[in-house]
Amino acid sequence: MLTKIKILVPVKRVIDAALKPRINKTKTGIESKGVKYSINPFDDIAVEEACKMRKSHKDLIESIHAVSIGSLKAKEVLRTALAKGVDTSSLVDVGDEEVEPLVVSKILKSFVEREGSNLVVLGKQAIDDDSNQVGQMLAGLLGWSQATNAAKVTIGNDGTVEVEREIDGGVEIVKAPLPMVITTDLRLNEPKFVTLPKMMKAKKKPLEVVKPQDLNIELTKKLETISLEEPASRKAGVIVNNVDELISKLKELKAL
Amino acid sequence: MFRLAVRSKSSNNYLKSSLIRYSSSSSASKLTADKYNVKRGNYSTINDDDLKEFNSILSSNQIITDSNDLIGFNQDWMKKYIGQSKLVLKPKTTDQISKILSYCNKRKLAIVPQGGNTGLVGGSVPVFDEIIISLSNLNKIRSFDEMSGILKLDSGVILENADNFLSEKGNIFPLDLGAKGSCFVGGNVATNAGGLRLLKYGSLHGSVLGLEVVLPDGTILDSMHSLRKDNTGYDLKQLFIGSEGSLGIITGVSILCPARPKSVNIAFLGLNSYESVKKCFQTARSDLSEILSAFEFMDHDSQLLAAKNLNSIHPLCQEDKIGIDSVPNYPFYVLIETSGSTKEHDDEKLEKFLEKVMENETVIDGTVSQDEAQLKTLWTWRESIAEASQQFGGVYKYDVSLPLDSMYSLVEAVQKRLNDLNLSSTTDNSKPVYEAVGYGHIGDGNLHLNVAVREYSKDVEKALEPFVYEFVAKHHGSISAEHGLGFQKKNYISYSKSEVEIKMIKDLKDHYDPNHILNPYKYI
Repeated sequence: MLTKIKILVPVKRVIDAALKPRINKTKTGIESKGVKYSINPFDDIAVEEACKMRKSHKDLIESIHAVSIGSLKAKEVLRTALAKGVDTSSLVDVGDEEVEPLVVSKILKSFVEREGSNLVVLGKQAIDDDSNQVGQMLAGLLGWSQATNAAKVTIGNDGTVEVEREIDGGVEIVKAPLPMVITTDLRLNEPKFVTLPKMMKAKKKPLEVVKPQDLNIELTKKLETISLEEPASRKAGVIVNNVDELISKLKELKAL
Repeated sequence: MFRLAVRSKSSNNYLKSSLIRYSSSSSASKLTADKYNVKRGNYSTINDDDLKEFNSILSSNQIITDSNDLIGFNQDWMKKYIGQSKLVLKPKTTDQISKILSYCNKRKLAIVPQGGNTGLVGGSVPVFDEIIISLSNLNKIRSFDEMSGILKLDSGVILENADNFLSEKGNIFPLDLGAKGSCFVGGNVATNAGGLRLLKYGSLHGSVLGLEVVLPDGTILDSMHSLRKDNTGYDLKQLFIGSEGSLGIITGVSILCPARPKSVNIAFLGLNSYESVKKCFQTARSDLSEILSAFEFMDHDSQLLAAKNLNSIHPLCQEDKIGIDSVPNYPFYVLIETSGSTKEHDDEKLEKFLEKVMENETVIDGTVSQDEAQLKTLWTWRESIAEASQQFGGVYKYDVSLPLDSMYSLVEAVQKRLNDLNLSSTTDNSKPVYEAVGYGHIGDGNLHLNVAVREYSKDVEKALEPFVYEFVAKHHGSISAEHGLGFQKKNYISYSKSEVEIKMIKDLKDHYDPNHILNPYKYI
């Protein structure tokens, strides 16, 4: 008899991936006013993967719990996760406070312990700060196996999990028994649209709101942002009229 | 920062299909003039003196005479109309256009003005050897007044570029359509394009405040001074909006642009009948009211066509399927767009509306975009139908206005007729027609009937025309809601306009273009 799997899926509300973020006037962060927010695309993939696991291993997956850390507006992304097939969810209300990866990892660790999770599936990074640290730190804090940048996940019959990772020049396959932390890469799956009936049902699913102090966690800051700068814009190209001109231009620039 | 890449599939396809066309040979002439038996008008032919004159007005790189380079200018994007022009002029200024027209008028040289050449009725390509005046070099944004929202620009600015420019200033172009990446603003005005935002922002007859137009004799008519209210004399600019290049060449546009909505939502719904589509529209109109910015419907077959062309997963599919297998079995689909200024307000309204139509079973299934990428994907399933309709070889497109009650019955009548005449099959490749599909802007009473064909043929054309036009006239619709008359519908204007109206149009044409040098063989 295999152990049942309890999945934890952390999801973050971020500036929409299709929009171009702008630095705010004080150069301390990203302009957040009047900007559209959505679920971090990698976390969307993580939710989709957890729900897919449930589909293909009905009797193996006991529960899927989603957690988000952010302001009350992050309820939206949790509702989306619930509509996709997550069972229960929690929001850690930190207001508009920026939370550093280590603190995020500690909060998630407390949820792993509370929920008795033995598998954490999360995005390899959030597209707002691009830290790519939480999955690794969480595995370290828990002392669990970790498989980062997953492109394919297979749950074996012997209770081990096999993960394919796309690396430079090929695919690396790693395998480990549960418990485990998996971070998702772009090609793992293509998230589906949420249908209206599921969205309506999701309204009745549990969504609790807790404060960091309820989890005995302090929002300490170890990093200081000094300034944010946009990358220097590229110089405009020149249009040449013929090949001769192109060659002489290239010579001029010592490219030939 | 990580960003999702946006695929640009359409431009690739366009390139591919135009290459195929020129590698295939066919015995029958594909020239518009031969296919439709048109007689050349009494115009002069270009000689060396003419070329010398044009060379004195323009620089050499603004003149195209190479036969390979002329191909793209001589045919429309559906590859249905093919002209024989030997000369393309690409002026950079209004003054140059004025000189060219004045000269051509004296010499009785026929002209076809061309914008992005995305038209659907053969209005922007020559029939014989008309000189093509391309507006592509007239592409500067002149000014934008942030206080009033008035944008002044050259007519050759690409619609999407104009909208992107406005987007950075928090404004929006009051017109949007599938061809936005290629079509020119001037062409939009000249054809009075309707498009996807008409429901909210109204037609160009309302939003265009002024125009700069070169008349056939070279006179420049300038009404760019742009006042929202001006009740002095005839509103002359209106004559050119929808004149399809028959009265003058538009070189500048002044247009009123609204503030860009800060919150946009898309719902994509599956419905069981056309009755439900109508009921859904009625509810949307009353419950979403001021934030409703588009209400589009699509029939099941149009989604199959799109799925076949896009080869991706249909938004309402919940299984691991792809392409046509992923399209659920709803006979009709509806795309609703809301645009407003406050997200919370819009979300709540849309949610209440969706709950209502789901509960009373007007709508069976649906989805709402969760992010910008999904929003674009959902629009793709509506916007790509036009392109998907011609994946088998070609398409006959009809763009009609009809009362909502009889709107879809035209599609059914055409499907029945094509089947009765044994012309249509999705499986038998020997039949000329693949199938007829319907979609369009319910909100504006505008139906697009696309007949996807494997080849253009006289049999199919005879089956469709004047059948479609008679149906429309009988139901008191218009044979052209937004695509215009162009070459395709020139002979059918009487189905929608009275004798008195037609006479007045002809009188105006005779008065301002007595030599009929502008866009001949078309319009009227």
